[in-house]
Order: sequence, then structure tokens, then C-alpha cells
Amino acid sequence: MAKRVGIEVSLAVSEAVKLANVDVVAAYPITPQTHIVEHLSELVADGDLDAEFIPVESEHSAMSTCCGSSAAGARTYTATSSQGQALMLEICYIAPALRLPIVMSVANRSLSGPISIWNDHSDMMMSRDTGWIQTVAENGQEAFDLTLHAFRVAEDPRVLLPVINNLDGFTLTHVIEPIEILDQEEVDRYLPPYQPQMRLDPENPISIGPVGMPEVFTEAKKAQDEAIKNAKSVIIEAWQEFGDLFGRYYKPVETYRTDGAETLLVTMGSLSETAMTAVDQMRANGKDVGLVRIRLFRPFPFEEFLEAVAGAKQIAVMDRALGLNGAGGPLATEVKAALYDVPERPYIWNYVAGLAGRDVTIENFVEMADGVEAAAADGLPAGYTMINVRE
Amino acid sequence: MSRAADDLKDFQRFRPKKLPVEEPLAPGHRACQGCGEVLALRQVMKALGNNVIVVSATGCMEIISSAYPQSAWRVPWLHVAFENAAAVASGVEAAHKAMIRKGRIEDKNTTFLAIAGDGGTADIGLQALSGAMERGHNFIYVCLDNEAYMNTGIQRSSSTPYGAGTTTSPPGKKSIGQETWKKNMAAIAAAHDIPYVATGSPAYYIDLMNKAKKASLVKGPAYLHLFSPCPTGWRCAVEDAVQTGRLVVQTKIFPLYEVIDGQYRLSRKVKKPKPVSEYFKLQRRFRHLTEEDIALIQERVDREYDRLLELCGIAPEE
Repeated sequence: MAKRVGIEVSLAVSEAVKLANVDVVAAYPITPQTHIVEHLSELVADGDLDAEFIPVESEHSAMSTCCGSSAAGARTYTATSSQGQALMLEICYIAPALRLPIVMSVANRSLSGPISIWNDHSDMMMSRDTGWIQTVAENGQEAFDLTLHAFRVAEDPRVLLPVINNLDGFTLTHVIEPIEILDQEEVDRYLPPYQPQMRLDPENPISIGPVGMPEVFTEAKKAQDEAIKNAKSVIIEAWQEFGDLFGRYYKPVETYRTDGAETLLVTMGSLSETAMTAVDQMRANGKDVGLVRIRLFRPFPFEEFLEAVAGAKQIAVMDRALGLNGAGGPLATEVKAALYDVPERPYIWNYVAGLAGRDVTIENFVEMADGVEAAAADGLPAGYTMINVRE
Repeated sequence: MSRAADDLKDFQRFRPKKLPVEEPLAPGHRACQGCGEVLALRQVMKALGNNVIVVSATGCMEIISSAYPQSAWRVPWLHVAFENAAAVASGVEAAHKAMIRKGRIEDKNTTFLAIAGDGGTADIGLQALSGAMERGHNFIYVCLDNEAYMNTGIQRSSSTPYGAGTTTSPPGKKSIGQETWKKNMAAIAAAHDIPYVATGSPAYYIDLMNKAKKASLVKGPAYLHLFSPCPTGWRCAVEDAVQTGRLVVQTKIFPLYEVIDGQYRLSRKVKKPKPVSEYFKLQRRFRHLTEEDIALIQERVDREYDRLLELCGIAPEE
């Protein structure tokens, strides 16, 4: 039976990896990912997890080792953050192209410079076009559940793509939360043993990773594009089954008190909980505000998102990264692209907030809702504001 | 200390008349005429047989063997990127260890082989290789050393020999060509205290194949540094590739040796060494060298060879 325990979220993620009975973990330490891999190495050292823990000499080698392991047919896991993900990025592009179902937790952290260990979504945005499926956890329970979901989706023969579970560094990784930890029998019901579709086997030799000449390159990318688009239905199906088994249902896009809301906040990650409190407060004050939270970041859930924002007059999109393209944050750019073909599209203002651990308060979310309403009323051309900047 | 020596107790040498007929690397690949690198690789593959998984770095051998939908590989083969063959092979090896232990697959005593060029080994891949050797993975790493970045068009690497002209170390009024001495990769590998390190040249194919076989028998990391003549990049005649691979040994420039459990052993003592100029004159990459330049190189080659003899416990002859 599942047990509800007080546990640090990083440790809960490690417990999920253990329950997934991974074969290989290859990882390099980086703050704030460290507690995840420390606990995994303890589980291996104590014999609680029968896996090879490979303490590689860099994140580049971590992802390279994961590629080798996954191609050999092993259930494979790693975790990283920020600079570490930047270093492995070259190989992050290759893993999905080779259709290797690796699972990775990213303890989200700002990218240097200036160097900072604190939480934002710069690393998530850096890897947005690598071809990985990406989910974003709001709290510890989600971080645990999404880890198991990740293996289930990645290894599905209809998918065969790697999956990143994003969880906010420190604000999630380093806090103790009450989390329901499933037991082995429950996990086994949800996540069958890994049956690789293909593996490196001398009795059935295959070549993986050949040269793609111009005659075949475009077709290879087309196949990959189809794969990630088609993954969405499997992602949703695997969430449905998770809910049916354990009572916690997940969707690509969550809505909170959006009924009749003229103004919507759009968020990702743990700050969504602060945003919900702000929504409650504004609703209590008679303001029709709701929250839309994106849980599935890649593939981007266009249909679900459009459905969630339908009827809203204005949207405040919060980005926890700066795009440095002169137009604010990457999530807002994505949202705007999603809405381009909608005839009655809402007005959008982008707020860049919470960079590198900067607090984002309930008042800030109220400020965003007020701000987008004022900008829409004034008919300002769509733009962006950086919140909480000392000027 | 003699672990590798124990592993090699039952080692049987290859005999010229009884070479394996298997060709795990099939003919019909796209290598240049006279390529000494693919020759060395073919010898390695013949020695290892079919029970092997190959991880290839990006480079000549990857390009010439794998253009989709063709593949020259009759054994499982994986290419991920340029600088990470050792790390990828670490993953393949560790995955097998875990899956065998957990009863998911049978233990068939498969050999794990990583191959890379000198750039992928001595330059961009050095960190990944060092990490894999330090961690002690049971795999063979083969550096196919053709002494420059040939696949991108003959640019210098840290393995390019002193004085050689390449497209990024061109000789000119103010330059001799490559201005640094060749990095000693085999010594770097040996400094990791791995059970087996050896050098080889495809001109001495039985020696090379014996070493590849030994590398597969020892438990733990084994490193082979194989001289790989490149007529295209060295500007020599295609029919001189093998002769070049012979002369480099006979001039003491590239001595053949093994390091087993840290003990150096000379594979072939050069009794009547030829002058280095014999080796240089077949290759246009050296043709700008003056007599003084050659004398300087000769002095260094002699000194390095004596140092190797000392490591092997052999008194230099004088």
C-alpha cells in the first residue's frame, strides 16, 4: 500500500527511480540536483536498488553514457541542472534522434552569467527544442508521480523518446513535503519491466547512429517530428491510467477557477501554487481571474492550451527566463504563436519574473492581473515587463 | 599486480596461415585508396571476431562505414558523437553488467570496443577517455592515429608529429609546420594504471592482432594506440601506406610495445635502425624539413627510444 510520508522532494524522486527498478544511473553532481543522485548512490550502495551507478567525469559524459546504456537495452536514468545540462546539450539533441528512452530529472536553475545556483527556468528553455518530451512539476507529489510516468511514456513502443521531468531547484528539490510513495507492487502494475524494441546484440547486429546524407536527413527529421507529435496521446493515456490506478489525475494543461474568468494567469512549475493563492484572493475581492498551468511543455499542448484560455479577454503569461530576443520570455512567444490562428484571441502581456530565485509574491500575481487588464484597456501594443527589478 | 598477466595466461598467438576468416567490418566501405586506418581497424575486428559491440566516435571510420542505408558493420555498432566514444562505451558495458546481474540477458562474454581517431582521443575526447579508464570499465579503447584531423581536411592535432605540414600547421617563412612534439597518448593511458596498453602498426599485422586479442582478454580497460598511415593526409603514394607503417617502426619513431600491469615490454627491438629521413622522404608533409630540422628530430627520436628501453629494463646499445 502507498504510504504518505514527509520526505524531501529530491529523495522522493530517487525513490521513484528506485521503484522503476532502473538498470543504469550515470550522473555528475551539480547544485541543486545533488540530493537526487546522492540518494540514488546510497540506494545502490545499500543494495536497495540493483543498478550500475556510474559516477561520470562530466555531464557530457553522463548523457553519452546514458545513450550507450539505453542503446544496450537498459532502463537508464540521469539528473542534472543548468550548466550541467548546457554541457550535455550536444548529446541531448542526439538521444531523441536515436530514439533512446532515457529519463532525466532537471532541477531547474538559472544559467550563468552571472553564475547563480538559484531557481528559474532558463535551463528548461535552453533545451526546449532538443526533441525531449518535457513535463513540469508543481509540487513534490507531482515530481514523484511524473518520474514514474516518464519511464512509462518514454519506453512505450509508440513513443521511444527521452523524457525530462522539470522540477524547480530548491523550492521543490530541497523542501520536505508530505508525499504518497507508491509501493513496489503498485508501481509494477503501472510500469512493466522494460522490453527494448532494439538493442545492441551480437546475435542480431544493428547499426545505430549512421551518417544521414542529404538524401535521408530530412526524412529522419520528419519521422522524429511525427514521433513527438504522436507522443501526446500516449502521454495523456498514461496519465489517465495513472489516475485510474492511484486516484491522481494529470492533464497537459491544468486550469484553476477559470470559469467565467476574463483575465487568466499562465504559469509553469512550483510558483503556480502562489498564483492559485493570488487567484483565490482576487476572486474573494470580486475579480474574475483564473489560472492556467502548463504541465506538458514538450510537445506543446496547443489544443489543450487553446481550450483552457478560450473565452478569456486577456492573459498574463509569466516567464521564469528571459529570451533576450527583445520580446520578453520564451513561454510568452510560444503562447502567442499558439494563439496566432485564433480569430478571437485574447490580449497578452508577458511578465518575466522569478529569475534566479528572486521571490514572486501573491502581490506580484495581483500586479500581473491588474497590469494586463490595464494594458488591454489602454490598447497598448503587446509587450513585457520584468517584475521586481530594482531600477 | 599481475592480474592482467593472469588473464593472458592462456592467450594463443595468431598464426599467419591460420588467420580468422571472419570480417566483422565488411569490404565495400568508402575509405580512401590505400587507407592504413581502415586496414588497422580491419585487423582489430578480425582479431576480435563477431562477439563484439563497437562504439565509434565521429570521424573517418564512422563516415566511411555507415552512410545510411548502407553499413559495413556485421557486428552491433553505435555512433553518438565525436568526443564521447569512451563514455558511450562505458554505458554499453555498464548496461550489460546490470542486465546480466539482473538475469535479463545471458552473459556471452561480449567484448566492448570503442574506436576513435587521434583528435577524438588525444584532444577532444581525452576527458571522456580518462574518466572511463579511471572508472575501470571492462572495454577496449582503440585510437586509430593518423596524426591529424583527416576527416575535416588534414588539420593538426596534438598527435601531429613535430615538423609535419597540415592545413592548420602549414610550413612557412616563420614556421616549420607543426611546432610541438607529438603527444604521448600511450603513456597517458599507462599513467591510469590500467591492465593493458599497447602500440601497434598495421604493417606488423600479427603483432597488432595479438595485441587486440590480448586487450579483449584482460579484465578492465585496455588501450591500443595504432599507427594509421593516411596517404591522403600525408601526401604519400597509396601503395606506400604499409611501407610507411613499417618504416615508422624501423626508424624507432613509433616503437611497438606493451604495458601489462604497468610493466613495459618491447614487442620488437629495432636492431639496425634506419635514419628518420628514410621515413620522411615518402611523405610530402615532411618535404620542407631541412637537414638541421631532421637532425633535431633524429636526436629526439633516439632519446625517446632509449627512454623506452629503460622503461622496458633493456640497456641502450652504444
